[in-house]
Amino acid sequence: MAKAGARAPILELAGVTAGYGEIQVLWGIDMRVRAGEITALIGSNGAGKTTLMRTLSGLLPVRSGTYRAAGIDLSAARAETILRAGIVHVPEGRRLFGAMSVEDNLLMGAYLRRGGRGEIGRDLDRVFHIFPKLYERRTQAAATLSGGEQQMCAIGRGLMSAPTLLMIDELSLGLSPLLVEQLVAALRQLNAEGVSILLVEQDVTIALDLSHSAFVMDMGRIVRSGVSSELLSDPIIRDAYLGVIED
Amino acid sequence: MKRSDLILIVLVLCLAALPLAGGAYTLRLGTMAAMSCILALSWNVIGGFAGYPSFAAAAFFGLGAYTTGILLGYKVPLWLSLPIAAGLSFALAGLLGAVLLRLRGHYFAIASLALVEVLREIVNHATDLTGGGMGLNIPVTAGTDIMADARFFFYAMWLVLLVTTIAVIAVSSSRLGFGLSCIRQNEAASQMVGLNTTLYKSIAFGLSACFVGAAGGVYAAWVHYIDPTDVFDILYSVKPIVMALIGGLGSSLGVMIGALLYLVLEEVVWRNYIQFHSAVLGALIIALLLFLPHGLTSLRGGLLLRRLRGA
Repeated sequence: MAKAGARAPILELAGVTAGYGEIQVLWGIDMRVRAGEITALIGSNGAGKTTLMRTLSGLLPVRSGTYRAAGIDLSAARAETILRAGIVHVPEGRRLFGAMSVEDNLLMGAYLRRGGRGEIGRDLDRVFHIFPKLYERRTQAAATLSGGEQQMCAIGRGLMSAPTLLMIDELSLGLSPLLVEQLVAALRQLNAEGVSILLVEQDVTIALDLSHSAFVMDMGRIVRSGVSSELLSDPIIRDAYLGVIED
Repeated sequence: MKRSDLILIVLVLCLAALPLAGGAYTLRLGTMAAMSCILALSWNVIGGFAGYPSFAAAAFFGLGAYTTGILLGYKVPLWLSLPIAAGLSFALAGLLGAVLLRLRGHYFAIASLALVEVLREIVNHATDLTGGGMGLNIPVTAGTDIMADARFFFYAMWLVLLVTTIAVIAVSSSRLGFGLSCIRQNEAASQMVGLNTTLYKSIAFGLSACFVGAAGGVYAAWVHYIDPTDVFDILYSVKPIVMALIGGLGSSLGVMIGALLYLVLEEVVWRNYIQFHSAVLGALIIALLLFLPHGLTSLRGGLLLRRLRGA
């Protein structure tokens, strides 16, 4: 624990509020996400998970509270600044450039990078290595991919932004169990290579199984957090999210 | 530069030879053609490249016309008035764009339409400066000789067209053009990969306004008299869209050919069906869009040949 404590958390939120117009969605989020881990964010529909993701990537402004990443204050930062800091958002519903080829979509992830072509080329190879299916389809228009391939492409595009923290919204939405298994394996591999991951996932079993630690959201607040394996056996979590009725 | 851009440039350069061919009527037609091409090419920057259907062209046409008209009244030379009109249109569109372009689809279309009404009302009520509903008389800038006058304004409009064409080609092959095409395909994703979408859209809206403003300026100097209902006419907004749709969205060459074809149609229909020319023109446009929804550019030479051979 001492070793992990010595490093600044990759995300550190204190009392963060955000919302849309007059509607406040986040009511003071406190959370610390450790570097090097897979962290899951779970909660029912409308709990504010996606809003939190959008706030973290700068698509929504932080209204109050502080948001720091690896010690840098990002409370008032624009989306570009946050992306440059290595916080990369893979949005819900993939959001690819439909008419562009798979390869161009991936290269768009490197849009802000000023690194040489060699470095970007190496990262492209790495994405193709993790998702060989994307290599097969690299000249195809992204709109012609299957749902699972589109999700791979979206994650791959996120990787092309050279993330230190990859935030994935709804990993398994609309995908077959087999594909989800492949994606889970890919995420484990990425994490082993040093990328921290923050995952929003409807399927609580997958989320808690894949992650090291987890946060539970409800009504715009973090209501529980801890080590994933412990949360998995927490009676309240089992009752509320796994549909297991305890005697 | 793509081949279609090269053809576009050549087409514009060929247009410059028009004064060799005909009299005042031909030149008048040529001036109108150049003006339509400017409007259509400009609309394509925001509507075709970025995918935001703007109806604001009439607003900037009127703004350019009144700016130039008023400046000419204060004895500012035409060559200086036009860049000022263009600059003012660019600045106003860029500023308003940062706000208006938060709206999308139909909502943006309606808001841009409202812009025309707002500017017209402002001009209507600023009687001291603009003459209000009585209109504005503009001093004669070219000679009094009819042919010299026609030739002068044809070349003035043509010059604006040439600058527009070069700018549009430069945009389409630049980082800006690429960014706009990303915004059209998926704006949320563009934002996520770190593209400053607000800035790009504002510049595109500004560019789509500034040449229209200059065209309005030439028009005002040409006709010597403008009033709000004339230069803030909503048809200046609608026609470029129809031209772009006929030619094919997104392609500058297609849009320009669409503009020329539209003018030919309009002229022919006008001459032959003077009583109900609008109805005939409308029916023709509907038929064109029904049978050629992606415009003239979707007609490829090769495809046509294959079809002919197959038949």
